[in-house]
Amino acid sequence: MRLMNLIRGSQHRNLAQLSDIIIAEKRSKWIPVVGLEIHVQLKSNAKLFSPSTTIFGAPANTNVSLFDAAIPGTLPVLNKKCVELGVYTALALSCDVNSVSFFDRKHYFYADLPAGYQITQQRAPLACNGQLEFPVYQPGVHKKPYTKLSKIHQMQLEQDSGKSLYDINGRNLVDLNRAGVPLIEIVFAPDLSDGYEAAALVKELILILRRIETCSCKMEEGALRIDANVSVHKEGESLGIRTETKNIGSIRGVSHAVNYEIKRQIDLLESGGMVTNETRAWDAFLDETVPMRDKEMKQDYRFMPEPNLPPLRLDSMENTEENISVSKLKQSLPELPAESREKLAKSFDLLPETVIQLVNIEDLFLIFNSIMKENKNRNAKTVATILLVELMTLINKGLTDFNDGKFNEVKLGNIVDLIQSGDININIAKLVMEEIANGNNNSPKEIITALGLWQVKDTDELTQICIKIIKDNPEIVNQYKKGKKKVLFALLGKVASETNKKAKMDVVAELLKEMLKD
Amino acid sequence: MLLQTIEAVRKQLQNGSLDAAELYRACLRRTELIKDLNAFVSIQKEFRPHKWSKQNPSRLNNIPIAIKDNFCTKGIPTTCGSRMLKDFVPPYNATVVEKLFNQGAVIIGKCNLDEFAMGSGTVDSIHGPTKNIWRSNIAYSVNNQEVKLPVDWRIAGGSSGGSAVAVATGTCFAALGSDTGGSARNPAAHCGIVGFKPTYSTVSRHGLVPLVNSMDVPSILARTVSDATTVYGVICGRDPFDSTTVDIDITPEKPYPIDPSQIRIGIPMEYHPSGLSEEVLAAWEMVASIFEKAGSSVKKISLPHTKYSISCYSVLNQAEVASNMARYDGLKYGYRPNEGTSVESLYAEARATALGQVVKARILAGNYFLLQRNYKKYFEKALKVRRLIVNDFLEVWKSVDILITPTTLTEAPSLSEFCKLDNRQQCSSEDYCTQPCNLAGCPAISVPVRLSANGLPIGIQLIAPNYKDFFLLAVSNWLEKNVSFPKLDLIDTETIK
Repeated sequence: MRLMNLIRGSQHRNLAQLSDIIIAEKRSKWIPVVGLEIHVQLKSNAKLFSPSTTIFGAPANTNVSLFDAAIPGTLPVLNKKCVELGVYTALALSCDVNSVSFFDRKHYFYADLPAGYQITQQRAPLACNGQLEFPVYQPGVHKKPYTKLSKIHQMQLEQDSGKSLYDINGRNLVDLNRAGVPLIEIVFAPDLSDGYEAAALVKELILILRRIETCSCKMEEGALRIDANVSVHKEGESLGIRTETKNIGSIRGVSHAVNYEIKRQIDLLESGGMVTNETRAWDAFLDETVPMRDKEMKQDYRFMPEPNLPPLRLDSMENTEENISVSKLKQSLPELPAESREKLAKSFDLLPETVIQLVNIEDLFLIFNSIMKENKNRNAKTVATILLVELMTLINKGLTDFNDGKFNEVKLGNIVDLIQSGDININIAKLVMEEIANGNNNSPKEIITALGLWQVKDTDELTQICIKIIKDNPEIVNQYKKGKKKVLFALLGKVASETNKKAKMDVVAELLKEMLKD
Repeated sequence: MLLQTIEAVRKQLQNGSLDAAELYRACLRRTELIKDLNAFVSIQKEFRPHKWSKQNPSRLNNIPIAIKDNFCTKGIPTTCGSRMLKDFVPPYNATVVEKLFNQGAVIIGKCNLDEFAMGSGTVDSIHGPTKNIWRSNIAYSVNNQEVKLPVDWRIAGGSSGGSAVAVATGTCFAALGSDTGGSARNPAAHCGIVGFKPTYSTVSRHGLVPLVNSMDVPSILARTVSDATTVYGVICGRDPFDSTTVDIDITPEKPYPIDPSQIRIGIPMEYHPSGLSEEVLAAWEMVASIFEKAGSSVKKISLPHTKYSISCYSVLNQAEVASNMARYDGLKYGYRPNEGTSVESLYAEARATALGQVVKARILAGNYFLLQRNYKKYFEKALKVRRLIVNDFLEVWKSVDILITPTTLTEAPSLSEFCKLDNRQQCSSEDYCTQPCNLAGCPAISVPVRLSANGLPIGIQLIAPNYKDFFLLAVSNWLEKNVSFPKLDLIDTETIK
């Protein structure tokens, strides 16, 4: 069974790629409309309405207060920290923060929902009318980055439910550790048109949440869960019937699930079928969306005001400890990724895709800034190449990471300086960095000396080598002299291998051209 | 000894003239005498004395107090009169229970109630109905005269009927009840004691198994207004576990004196519905004239939306009940049926078996009112009516300080007559005068004022503006002194002194 799934899975992966092409072809005819609803777990030590801790991975049912288990007579007590984290997030997403919001009960029966209702904000949410602008750039799909904007309808505070588990005997077990963990649900407008945009939105959201430290964004722990609403329609026609794919737990999953769903709906409609308004699940293993197992009837949640919580009033208790000051929170917002990108692009004249990549990885961005700050004369493009190409290659190979201390801004800065001064070239830099990644603790200079990697830039020495190469390759020289200037690269290659790639190539090129002039 | 005020008994306990263990034994003895009345669900046979010091005497030093069985008591079963919670032993104390303990009170037992406090007779309980002491077959005297009327079982009122009977019979000095639509005042009136529902938000609901969160108030059943004041002073105030509570600055131990000539009394004409008995009407007039004679200004006022109140109360009550009862699914605590074939069938089985008819009917109605298509039509409309009722009260407080109304429309009906009506009919007449105060949140108290021709108590309700609780208690205390309601005592043939 598992093997079968594996095989099927791999087939579908190919199909998914194929679907991208198909989608592109059908673009002219079908207009996909995509909107996301994202649950964000707030980085609070205590739950939304109880003092239980929120540590992930604790033994089942150990982080459970009486309230979390819906013990009769217990009441919710709103955790101020969660409200602050929610407001902070709302501000970072340019939302209007409501000075008064309310809590409501949303009723449904489920084994992991102990009270039979979830406390959320339905009538007046914490914030509304926000927007998120983000770059969309998927190498191999997009030639260059473009900017997209998705509006935010609303953002509400709510409790998470517990978790239903099934043991090998088919018994239904419940873990309430997660019950009551603080969430904000961000409801985006259906402003997107494919999976790449959806994934890009999520990426940007993660960047922001990490920057403002309101969510761990560990998707593997469920800290961020995405529901995607997808429909397709033809130009000039009204919106199609939508499906909701729930609980997508990875960025890759978002782009695949949305693209899969678009293709599925188009195929269905083209073959004369109808899309049904249903809830689907993303099966990461099969790489497809599937109808939810328990196909519930349309739920009536029987919303009701939560009578045990007074209205949540911000800025209402000035000069008291209980006050939550929106303006103060706003002032303390850090620089957000969009601003970082703008600054980078402006200060260093880098390509948009380079800027995007640098800002996408917080650690890279920090190192880049440190390196540039230490020495203003450094070439930003060289620094970007060292980081985005060389360092990332080593990281992707698993030889190093941002936390193992092998690389720091000083070492990387030295390497950049050596390249700029012509003491080494990019090839040598690569060797030095590999050496460091393999555990060599010495400075780049010491490593270069020890391995004899200093670049040959002495004109006399290089002249001798060039003479030898010209002598050894009369045919190439002949071609060059006949006007086939391109073959110079062949000679350059010969010089490079002769010097173990240590020759300073711009000098070599000048020398060769000079020697072959007559 | 057992009919003295808390203040008097506490003094004797503190100066050593009365032994706390002996007092407790006497109370236990009384619980034996009234066993037939079914007031108690469980009794704490063992006396666990409160340790006190002269430097720090607590307000309820070793005073036995009973608790309605819908307040959570750590280690003591809390059944709510329901099969659903028959074996539920809470792992914590309700805040009010904790506060009583902190002031030295000893808990003598837990008292019977209508299932989840849904009722006005204490007849719908898994433990069976509670019977009124008045006209019962238990030997009792009134003002030291043995009562020789034929036995005619009367309801105790409800839903805090167990608490009311426990207090009326001297098994304890006060009892906690809960009052959502009259559940403390109603049995107090029928049992000839004081029933005080404080202002909503002045007493913590943490640990009170909810009926209607927006109306429930932990309430006090006591033999005198003075005792009610003492207990209220102990249990009121802000509780971090209940976000709807507020700080109370001053909490006097006993009622302060008042000058009746400075008080403006309002008589709301809407509290004169067709079912109001002649005797209750006469008692109402008597109280009004007592104030008038003492120099109070007494005038008729109008609370024009009163007639819509009971329907509004009914919708809001059932909607919140539907929501609050959703947690009783048989999974986490309480009644658990044999494993079903699915989670859904387990829920269905648990709820069908372990919840009573009244509860199920309210759940059904409440869910109907909350359906998306009905929300505006019923729930939202009821909220609007509630606001109109609140405004009615706010309007009259501009010209009067206290309202005086009947508590119940009649004396306690007989058990058999009462049970001919269904729960909805019972509540809509029994709660007629009491539930508007729960909608408005204002404090209200029932004070016993006289006996009917049948030898049954009649109570009159006094209402004050929100947060004027101690003022209400002070006025009620003055009234109590001026009506001299007869004292009931049990006759214990075994210990004739």
